[in-house]
Amino acid sequence: MDLRLPSKVLEHILSFVDSNEDRNSVSLVCKSWFETERRTRKRVIVRNCYAVTPEAVARRFPEMRSLTLKGKPHFADYNLVPDGWGGYAWPWIEAMAEKCPSLEELRLKRMVVTDECLEKIAASFKDFKVLVLTSCEGFSTDGLAAIAVACSNLRELELRECIVEDLGGDWLSYFPETLTSLVSLDFSCLDSEVKLSDLERLVSRSPNLKSLKLNRAVSLDALGSLLRLAPQLVELGTGSFSDKLDQEAVSKLSQAFSEMKELKSLSGLWDVLPEYIPLLYSVCPGLTSLNLSYATVQMPDLLELLTRCSNLQKLWVMDLIEDKGLEVVASSCKELRELRVFPSGAEGLNDTNVAMTEQGLVSVSEGCPNLESVLYFCVQFTNAAMVTIARNRPNLKCFRLCVMEPFAPDHKTQKPLDEGFKAIVERCKDLQRLSVSGLLTDKAFEYIGTHGKKLRMLSIAFAGDSDLMLHHLLSGCESLNKLEIRDCPFGDTALVANAAKLETMRSLWMSSCCVSFGACKLLSQKMPKLNVEVIDEHPLETRPDSSPVERIYIYRTLAGPRLDMPEFVWTIQKNPEIGVSHLAIK
Amino acid sequence: KDLMSYQLLSVDKEGLATSPGLKERNYMGLSDCSSVDSSTIPNVDKKSSLNFKATELRLGLPESSQSPQRETDFGLLSPRTPDEKLLFPLLPCKDHASGNKRGYLAKSGSNNAPASKAQVVGWPPIRSYRKNTMASSTSKNTNEVGLGPLFVKVSMDGAPYLRKVDLRTYTCYQHLSSALEKMFSCFTLGQCGLHGAHGRERMSEVKLKDLLHGSEFVLTYEDKDGDWMLVGDVPWEIFTESCRKLKIMKGSDSIGLAPSAVEKSKNKD
Repeated sequence: MDLRLPSKVLEHILSFVDSNEDRNSVSLVCKSWFETERRTRKRVIVRNCYAVTPEAVARRFPEMRSLTLKGKPHFADYNLVPDGWGGYAWPWIEAMAEKCPSLEELRLKRMVVTDECLEKIAASFKDFKVLVLTSCEGFSTDGLAAIAVACSNLRELELRECIVEDLGGDWLSYFPETLTSLVSLDFSCLDSEVKLSDLERLVSRSPNLKSLKLNRAVSLDALGSLLRLAPQLVELGTGSFSDKLDQEAVSKLSQAFSEMKELKSLSGLWDVLPEYIPLLYSVCPGLTSLNLSYATVQMPDLLELLTRCSNLQKLWVMDLIEDKGLEVVASSCKELRELRVFPSGAEGLNDTNVAMTEQGLVSVSEGCPNLESVLYFCVQFTNAAMVTIARNRPNLKCFRLCVMEPFAPDHKTQKPLDEGFKAIVERCKDLQRLSVSGLLTDKAFEYIGTHGKKLRMLSIAFAGDSDLMLHHLLSGCESLNKLEIRDCPFGDTALVANAAKLETMRSLWMSSCCVSFGACKLLSQKMPKLNVEVIDEHPLETRPDSSPVERIYIYRTLAGPRLDMPEFVWTIQKNPEIGVSHLAIK
Repeated sequence: KDLMSYQLLSVDKEGLATSPGLKERNYMGLSDCSSVDSSTIPNVDKKSSLNFKATELRLGLPESSQSPQRETDFGLLSPRTPDEKLLFPLLPCKDHASGNKRGYLAKSGSNNAPASKAQVVGWPPIRSYRKNTMASSTSKNTNEVGLGPLFVKVSMDGAPYLRKVDLRTYTCYQHLSSALEKMFSCFTLGQCGLHGAHGRERMSEVKLKDLLHGSEFVLTYEDKDGDWMLVGDVPWEIFTESCRKLKIMKGSDSIGLAPSAVEKSKNKD
């Protein structure tokens, strides 16, 4: 008797299973479940575009409607990955155009996207609806025009912090009059001015528009008329907030803001003048997300604004907020879940008298019971502060502390920050993401290895003493998925000894450490399912085994060595005649 | 605090160092060092520039240079004990023109001079997009609408911390002066009580400019040449172009400054 669940029934059940993590588990049960699952999966996420080939993905998921891809490693954000390394979107778009022409959504992060890619998308996917590009580069506004003109059912076009060759603002004018389906438009990273009348017409014929993020070139005056056309917006990114408006224009703008009953997220606010901040008061109580990280607003002017944001869950701000401002956040924003504080100027390093210290974060940790995600740039920190924060907020899931001065010790005791981070990993049992900084010895990493059992992503810079540091992490952190390290004094022994661990992780990045070329070769030979990439812009002519490499990027892959490696990336496949090295592992 | 003046503690087997002495830590960052000229780096052993073992870059106190140099066999098989410090050789630096990339430099300036920041690629870790946005706002053409901020730090003798102001939000000296007065009034109130500035009874009416004219405090700035000048001498636009820092100094400290300016301010009383 066939006890298998009829596939139609299974299909129906699976239609309720949304999360890819669950679907991955489903696919492991047995062959028939694997088959049913793969035929019904609509949303595919590939977090390393080199871990698998586009053809394999298309073959496995023929009904794919949405594809999310990530390319370069995270440290590419900080210029640590040389240009030309890779992360090209083209092979994926080409493959999908051929095999999955019903694709509707494409979300790319840290990838190289060219105008040809955009034109191909426009030409190939008849029902294309969503294009979200985050930290991408390689295209120009011409490519955007191609998308605008051809995608008649476009719902979302979002460019988040992309580097775009800006040839002018007329790309926007290519949206046809027949396009009425727009839900989200984000062109905040572009420089050129778009034609206001075209933008207004686009907005007025888009009744479903929920999210609009303008670029800096859109004036405050223009903002007023746009808001009157779209009072239903849930997310707004303003343009420049600094034109001198006359009294009538100001009151009209104020009126427009007060009509926006659905607004939950506010960003942009470039150059905002203090006298315009009261314009925002009417929307503050409804806001769950506020991004002031490009608004050069001083602390006194921020206080009134913050006291009114009682429902805020996400706050991004610059260190201009000062400790005092964070105290106000702690007392007013009780729903806060995520706080990011960015540095306003690089010259903070020489100051000891700064108005934003560790105390600001301590206050927020005391006052905001739901705080679970922190990114905090500051000049200095103390162990005591971290101990207090950990005690206050054992529910932290993401803790990224960037003490901007490398090797800075606890500024009160001059000791390393080991004990502070120990408290964090010990108390915050659900911590998934951690970035450490300041003066740290191997001890800190012993603590992290011992306690950071749920840690998935770890970023380290200028820390540690020896290979023990890496060994603690690789042998202790069971859930470790992504590890990125720069400028730390170790390399070979721990790496090679824990080679098997690397197959359980998505990727490992190490730059300016002391990994030798020989170790890289050894790893490559030992671990065929890993791509071990040595990225050296200045390689020596002859590379002795003992020579240190500039950067190493190791990731697990089913796709084997990639075919698009530039000159400065070495893998063992490039030099197969190098035999087994004489180096043995103890 | 001098970048170089903190002390690095070593770690012994048992845990954090509690030993009273300082142990020197040898560490070297191998960030893209294409533009690092070995002649600018102290302690680099030039004659063995191709011998990795002998070149080392130290991040330590200037006076610690008499500590013995250690050589460690840099090889995969050398056993590592927890407290063996590893020396990391400096890659011989080729002179590549690589634009904006800079190598990691440890500056061991004298303790008197303010230590310059080590220039490091990608540190602090801020996305290029954000960096470019903030940079472009400060370098925008003054004719354009929506100028970017022009932050300068303002410190005041006796105040526990300094503030930053955006010079673009002010249009004239008067405007700046009253803003600073508001910002620092909490520090000056005490002062004014002590010196009974103008016999006013309500503290809030005492203005900073009164204190300035009372020659108790003067507003000074550091210009782009590094000179300290009195605020108010040059036209406002020129001032905003050249001002790098502001300082509210005690009158007695300002005597070294441009004497004609000091005379001028005295004559105003």
